[in-house]
Amino acid sequence: MSNTTQDLSLDPHGAHGHGAHDNPHLGEQFEDIAQQYDTYTVGMWAFIVQEVMFFGGVFAAYAIYRYKYLEAFSYAHLELDVFWGTVNTFVLLFSSFTMALGVRAAMLQARKAQIGFFLATILFACVFMGVKYVEYSAKFDHGLIPGHNFTLYTEHLNEVREKHPHVAEAVEKNPALVPQMELFFGFYFAMTGLHGLHVLIGIIVIGALVIRAWINKNKPLDYMPVEMVGLYWHLVDIVWIFLFPLLYLVGGH
Amino acid sequence: MSAAENQMETQAHHEKVNYINVRTTLLSWLVTLDHKRIGILYLLTVSFFFLIGGLAASLVRMELVSPKGDLLESDTYNKMFTTHGVMMIFFFLIPSIPAVFGNFLLPLMIGARDVAFPRLNLLSWYMVAGGGLLALAALIMGGVDTGWTFYTPYSSSFAKTQVALTVVGIFIAGFGSIFTGINFLVTIHKMRAPGMTWFRLPLFVWAMYATSLIMVLGTPVVAITLLLVAVERLLGLGIFDPARGGDPILFQHLFWFYSHPAVYIMILPSMGVVSEVISAFSKRRIFAYHFVAFSSLAIAIIGFLVWGHHMFSTGQSMYLGVVFSFITFLVAVPSAIKVFNWLTTLYKGRIELTAPMMYGLGFIGLFTIGGVTGLHLAAMATNVHLTDTYFVVAHFHYVMVGGAIMGYMAALHFWWPKMTGRMYPESWAKLSAMIIFIGFNVTFMPQFILGYMGMPRRYHSYNEEWQVLNVLSTAGSSVMGLGYILPLGYLLWSLKYGKIAPQNPWNARGLEWEIVDAIPHPHNFETIPIVTQEAYDYEHWHPNKPAQQPVIVGGGKS
Repeated sequence: MSNTTQDLSLDPHGAHGHGAHDNPHLGEQFEDIAQQYDTYTVGMWAFIVQEVMFFGGVFAAYAIYRYKYLEAFSYAHLELDVFWGTVNTFVLLFSSFTMALGVRAAMLQARKAQIGFFLATILFACVFMGVKYVEYSAKFDHGLIPGHNFTLYTEHLNEVREKHPHVAEAVEKNPALVPQMELFFGFYFAMTGLHGLHVLIGIIVIGALVIRAWINKNKPLDYMPVEMVGLYWHLVDIVWIFLFPLLYLVGGH
Repeated sequence: MSAAENQMETQAHHEKVNYINVRTTLLSWLVTLDHKRIGILYLLTVSFFFLIGGLAASLVRMELVSPKGDLLESDTYNKMFTTHGVMMIFFFLIPSIPAVFGNFLLPLMIGARDVAFPRLNLLSWYMVAGGGLLALAALIMGGVDTGWTFYTPYSSSFAKTQVALTVVGIFIAGFGSIFTGINFLVTIHKMRAPGMTWFRLPLFVWAMYATSLIMVLGTPVVAITLLLVAVERLLGLGIFDPARGGDPILFQHLFWFYSHPAVYIMILPSMGVVSEVISAFSKRRIFAYHFVAFSSLAIAIIGFLVWGHHMFSTGQSMYLGVVFSFITFLVAVPSAIKVFNWLTTLYKGRIELTAPMMYGLGFIGLFTIGGVTGLHLAAMATNVHLTDTYFVVAHFHYVMVGGAIMGYMAALHFWWPKMTGRMYPESWAKLSAMIIFIGFNVTFMPQFILGYMGMPRRYHSYNEEWQVLNVLSTAGSSVMGLGYILPLGYLLWSLKYGKIAPQNPWNARGLEWEIVDAIPHPHNFETIPIVTQEAYDYEHWHPNKPAQQPVIVGGGKS
């Protein structure tokens, strides 16, 4: 049994549910603020479990094809840019750091610091999306777009030969590798795209928190939304922590 | 009671503030955060989708009266059974009991003022209704012909119909379902009244907990899968396309990882309803409460490990098949525990054959047939013979219609007085329960035989020697249709002319009957109750106890 239910019935006025709560941040359905905090936290974690299952589906599919087409996947991943991937990993880690500082500032009701740290987080998130733009454009230029323009390993095989002669050789010997490599890039775009979508949503909700903190500069604010967005942002970060090595780093081992 | 008296009582009844009369504008319903009103919104929504799915089913059955495909072309026929499946499964069965009765009852049963996240709850309704409308739009714009399962490559490389739009609709409704699941899990964990320990929860709440677990853990997987199909259609990725290295069987794995547990999203809530109804109308505590509670969780958990039994004939590894077959057999154990405990509860009970009880007893019989024929399909050897035949169709209709919808009808009648403040006409309700039960069996029993003889599903024509049984089945479905139209009539009638319902018309136990007003107050409880008794404690039940006490203090074995 939850420890928050002890004092539930002790309200002398029987005023629950009639809008007579003392705390303006307390929802009508709750008996006290501790219960509300508990509830929000458990709810957010349940949402995170849901997100893990959501990403889990596409991770599982990726794992199966990587196992099936190990050779093709290990060749295809060489076309990903480890430099920009590493930059983005650090950018996102820093954004999580500023997020944590912002959450702490919100907890202490230090409004200016909170707004500053959240703006920094948004800035890092935008840098992340900018780097993704650079990477995606490079894929467009090189003919690595599955379904529309996947020509790098057919028409432009010479470009591959310059950097990775063994890949060009293998493709020439076994052209069946090409659709499998196309599949790798299908997963690359599906997974990083889905993750990018989560980053975009993160930018929007953190932005909303900044506006909320700005408007209510002099009023005490409910801290829970900040905590929940913080948890969300760390989830977005940790998904990338799995995506980066899986797509960019692991070769055919 | 004379008309004048009735009139006066009606007025007295209506003067009291309740969740219906507290605000009356349409807008107040569309922006409501009250879990009870949201439950009613769902009731209207799913009834509408049930009607669409039912119309499609009747077209399918009419086509099958004659062996030649003469009423519907094969394309139209494909679109009709797809419409039937999509509407019934995604927009009726999955939201039906959880979203309607779970929403309405969960806070009342555990002694809370609302669900944990009322705004999210309203958003869920908009997502389910909006997703359903998108799917309906796809239907109007030409329909879908893949079957409700959206198997690749029908739905990807070879699709010429509105697959993407339908899939997007289901994706949106799916997230509505996920949010409902999160809401219920958190509500049950954190919103229980003092003294409402886990083992004092009504079994309906346990069933909702198990259902919510599946919603939160399973639905995201089908969401990402359908998203990948949509992406494959729109952007040309080849994840399920064999021509581009993809594997269409992977779609089936991912799809059934959710969609088999989804069957338990449909049946577990009905099992919860039946536990309530059986106990209330035999005035006995459910036999072996703990076993019934944990069997819900067991079904939810084991249900996640059986998806491969949908794919015995796809060429998956035989050893994998053996494992899936074995685990599928295991599901029968918790299911049987429930059935045996309901029967034991009836034994020496004071049984009242009201309409909800008749639906509940119908559930037990039909679900047992559905469950046992499931074992035929779980055994690999018979499965190969029966795959994609009418045997499968009959089996899952026994579980989903005979089980889930019987439970839904039981719930609708049992809690109708609490939802509307009016009693439904008992004899009409019993009549419709009988008609549905008979019509259902006449419809689907012949399909077991047809399937065993080898009639495949999803064709608009068939061999002439199967006509007699098909005509019988169609005749039964007309009878069943009548049985579903009757409640539509008399329940609507009862809204205006039904007897005013007392607070506890069934003399049942449970917070929603004993403490909550005849029509619940917008905030449910005057003060949050302190619970001191087990659920279903009929041994210490005194029907003459003064109603509306703020606190239950009982002499139970607490």
